[in-house]
This record gives sequence, C-alpha cells and structure tokens, in this order.
Amino acid sequence: MVKNILTTLLALLISSLFSSQSFSGVLRVGLVLDKGGKDDKSFNSAAYAGATKAEKELKIELKYVEATDTNAIESLLRNFARKNYDLVIGVGFAEKDSMSKVAPQFPNVKFAIIDGEVSKPNVRSLMFAEHEGAFIVGALAAMATKTEHVGFVGGMDIPLIRRFSMGYSAGAKYIKPKINVSENYVGVTGEAWNNPAKSKELAITQYGNGADVIFVAAGASNTGVFDAAEDKKKLAIGCDSNQNWIKPGFILTSMFKAVDVAVFDTIKDAQQNKFTGGLVQFGLKNLGVNYTSDKYNEKLLTAEMRTKIEEIKKKIILGQIQVPDYFKRK
Amino acid sequence: MDLFLFFTALFLATLRLATPLVFASLGGMISERSGIINIALESFMLMGAFVGAVAAHYSEHAWIGWMAAFLGGLAIAAVYAFFVIELRADQIITGMAFNLLAMGLIPFFSKILFNSTGSTPSLPLESRFSFEPLLVAALLVLALSWWLKNTRSGLWLLFAGENPQALLASGVSVKKVRWAAVTLSGGFAAWGGASLSLYLASSYSPLMTGGRGFMALASLIFGKWRPVPTFLACLLFALADAIQIRLQGVQINGTEIPVQFIQILPYIVTIIALAGFIGTSRPPKALGKEL
Repeated sequence: MVKNILTTLLALLISSLFSSQSFSGVLRVGLVLDKGGKDDKSFNSAAYAGATKAEKELKIELKYVEATDTNAIESLLRNFARKNYDLVIGVGFAEKDSMSKVAPQFPNVKFAIIDGEVSKPNVRSLMFAEHEGAFIVGALAAMATKTEHVGFVGGMDIPLIRRFSMGYSAGAKYIKPKINVSENYVGVTGEAWNNPAKSKELAITQYGNGADVIFVAAGASNTGVFDAAEDKKKLAIGCDSNQNWIKPGFILTSMFKAVDVAVFDTIKDAQQNKFTGGLVQFGLKNLGVNYTSDKYNEKLLTAEMRTKIEEIKKKIILGQIQVPDYFKRK
Repeated sequence: MDLFLFFTALFLATLRLATPLVFASLGGMISERSGIINIALESFMLMGAFVGAVAAHYSEHAWIGWMAAFLGGLAIAAVYAFFVIELRADQIITGMAFNLLAMGLIPFFSKILFNSTGSTPSLPLESRFSFEPLLVAALLVLALSWWLKNTRSGLWLLFAGENPQALLASGVSVKKVRWAAVTLSGGFAAWGGASLSLYLASSYSPLMTGGRGFMALASLIFGKWRPVPTFLACLLFALADAIQIRLQGVQINGTEIPVQFIQILPYIVTIIALAGFIGTSRPPKALGKEL
C-alpha cells in the first residue's frame, strides 16, 4: 500500500517536472507585480500593458501574479524560477532585495527588475531617470502656477521618491527661482501607495496653503490628489503612466515612465536570444521618461509652454542643464 | 485672520479624517458591548467600501451606494456572527481570518465585475458625497447614546455583555441580542468604509482602509466603550493625523525634522492614550466569554 502511494507520488512528481518544462519553444514569462496590482492606473498597469502587448504580438506565454504582501515577493519570484520560466520580471523597487537573493540560485533563468539595480549576470536592471522627467514637469508646473506656489505629494519618504521631488523642485526653480515648493508624504508603510483618502487630505492642505499645481508620485494614492484638484478647481500632475484621462481638465500633464516599452523590449530581447544582464537606463534621451500631451490636457498646455519645455529637454539631453539626482547626491 | 483660517482648515480636516473611524468604532462598540470581540472591523470596512463603490457606480447614486454598503456589512457580519456565536469559534482568530478573507474575496469579485483586481471605476462628483457622511456620523453618535440609556433593547445589549446570565433569567435570548449586535456592527463599520470610497476618495482601491479598523478599536477602548467618549477619541486621533499633515516639512531652527517622525505622531498618541493615560478602561465583563 505504502509502496503504491510512493510510486504514485513519484510518478506525479516526475510528470509535474516535465509538464512545467517548455518543449514547444514558446518563451514563458512570469511577471511579479507589486502591491499596487495590475490596475493601479500607474506603474504596475504600465508593466502589465507592456507584457500583454508582448503576449499578443510576440506569442509568448505570460503568467502574472500580484504580491499583496512584500514578504510574498521572494516566494513568487522563486516559484516562477523553479518552474523554469525563461524570463521573470519583477516590478518595483520593493522586489530588489528578493531578486538579489533568488537570481543567483537560478543562473539559467533570466531576470529583469524595474526601478531597482541588481548586479547579477542574469539580471537586467531597468532604471529610469525619474529626476529628468520630474524636472520637466516641475518646469511645467512653475509655468502654470498663478500663485507662485507648487506642491509635491509622495507616497513614502524613500530615496526613489526623493529623486522625484528633488528633480521637481529643481525644475520649478529653474523657471521661477523664488517659487515656493511644498512637500508632503502619504505614509510610512506599504499602505501609503493605496491610501487615496489620505493623499486627498494632503492635497487639500497644500491647495489651502496656496499651491495651485501638485505633482503626485504615490502609486494608487494618486487618485486622491486628482479628486482634490477637481474639488478645489486646481491642477495636478500625474505620474508613471499617462494619467491625463482620469480627470480631464484638472491634470496638467503626467510624468511618463516608459515601463511598458522597457518590459516589452526585454521580453523581445529574451525571445530573440539577445538578452543581456546589466543596467539599462531610460531617460529623456531615449524617451524613457517624458511629459505627456494628449486630447485631455491640450488646453492646459499653451504653445508657449510647449516650446519652452522642448528647449529645456534639449538642454538636459546635451548636458547644458545639470539635473540634481538624489541617488548621486553627496 | 490667517490663524482663524488655519484652525478652520484644521477643524474640517479633523472631521473628515474622523468620519470613517467614528462609524467603525461605533460598530465595534455595539458588538463589544454585547460581549463579542470584534477585530474584524477592518474587513467589514473594506466590504462596505467595495460594495458602496460598486453600487454607486452602477446606480450613479451615492445614497444607493451608502445603503448597499450597509447591507454588504450586515451580510459579512452575519457570517462572522454565525462563526463566533453559533459555532463558538475563537473570536480573535476568526476576526483575523475575516480580515484576510476580505483581502482575497474583494479582488475576486472585482475581477468578475470589472476585470480588474485593483480599484473600481472612479465615481464622478455627482455620485459622491460632499459632506453627508459627517452628519450621519454625528447623528449616529447621538442616537446610539440615547438608545443605550433610554430603551429596553439598549439595556439588553448592555446586559448581554455584562451579565448574560441575568439577561437569560429575565427571558431574553442572549444569542439573539448578540446576533443583532454583531450584524449591526457590520453595517456601521461598512459605512465607515463607504465614507472612504464614496466621500473621502472616489473609488474603492485595494486595502484602502489602511489599518483604520484597528485605529477604531483603539478609539473604542480609549472611549471606554461609550458612544460620546469614543466619538471624542476618534476626533483626537483624527486631530493628531491632521496636525501631522500640517507639520510635515516644518523646520525648527533651520533643520527639518525627518518626515517619518512626524508621520508616526498619530500612533504615538494612540500608544500614550492606551497606556493608561486616561485611567482604567474596563471592558464589558463577559467580553469574549462563551455562554
């Protein structure tokens, strides 16, 4: 009896080992989204969009999971790797530590991480020059403000978000050196990225203190600031994805990170055996970060602002304007 | 004049931040006064936030969302009541289980309805509240404190938590009283959630309660399980939060206080408050005890 059970178990084990291997030659991609989930209308949504685009156009096999808890990330990454997925993509700085632990254990699996740098040979780190994008929207905010006071609402006080705020206020001060910049943070734990009620309260306070344009980098909490802008008839600036559509007329622009392109290109490279580890930078130069302009905000951005901002972009690309980078501060 | 404006803004922010806490802690109060520990408030709130946002989205009416949230809260609390009253499951563990359940259940329904595990579609201004939940919260405090003091059923509730045997002896079913109390607590806590999704924000987003259910429990203990003091405790916590928002980035002698220190202010107030600053806070005698 016991023997029977053991044989069955063994058979199951073997079959499961084989079934999870890909014989068809289809590239299998595992996507680990972080706490915001695939519908955060922001960062994770962009990664998911890039991956589903690859699924359709490149005929890969895509599986995604959402880490509802930061502690779960490591096992989610390991799960994909153990099932011999060809490429495992981690979305967000919160996955950095787990990935530096898991990646060396599976040298044959390719890994990619967004917004974090993991220096292992089989990991591609996709980093964005947030400070450059933030500088651009900071300059736009300074051009749009009538009260000479702009605001910034970040999710958590962490280096990545400081990078946004530093670039933003530098951009605003580039246009108007005497401008007032308020800065607030939503929370101290992961719930900060998911607390629109709180971010709305922060925005109401900033608008109440005289700010009339607020840049928000707080994941799914962004919508709270947009609501406040609508209530108070002021302006907000979105982040990561193009969020202009969420509240047309109240969102000046969005600081766009081409997370979707980064994800798509990485999958494409893996499929064509061109995958390389190491650091890949996305900045203004290769349109990895940018401000967005579409039918929802065309009335808010004047022609004058557009010309001026294109000029500034050129200067940054040529190195004539040095954008302060929180990661490289002394 | 500036000072006046500052205090008005602070006062309004306090009221807004307190609203979800008030509903949740009043819900918790009813349940705990009847003798049932309720740490599942967080899940009731999440349920209310979700059901409210969904109903308001489809009906395009905030009040329909509000009522639906109440019903949703009743429903999930009824399941909780079934477990802890009928099956006599451990109240703490069941409460935790419900908090975890809500985290998984809501994305499941959300996926079916909107093909999204994240937030629900955002609600336009017309199908949101602009101030109404504030009034409802204040009325509820008054109504509950009157009800507990002046009605027969209010006394039943108190006795179910203090001396259930006496209540039994007088021919009233303790079980029924507790069932009613626990389900009603779900409805009220769900209003707390709905005031987040329909009033303070504009849609349901995952885990949007952010621990407010536990803050509500703290207010409840701080308020010694009585409606008006509990309400004041909620206001105190909300005030700490509102001050915290305004203190961020303030400089003292040219050096900026790290923002994290300011952000933990509400939690420090909670700890100090609960560490006996208020004198003894005595829970209902039969709280958490089986019949």
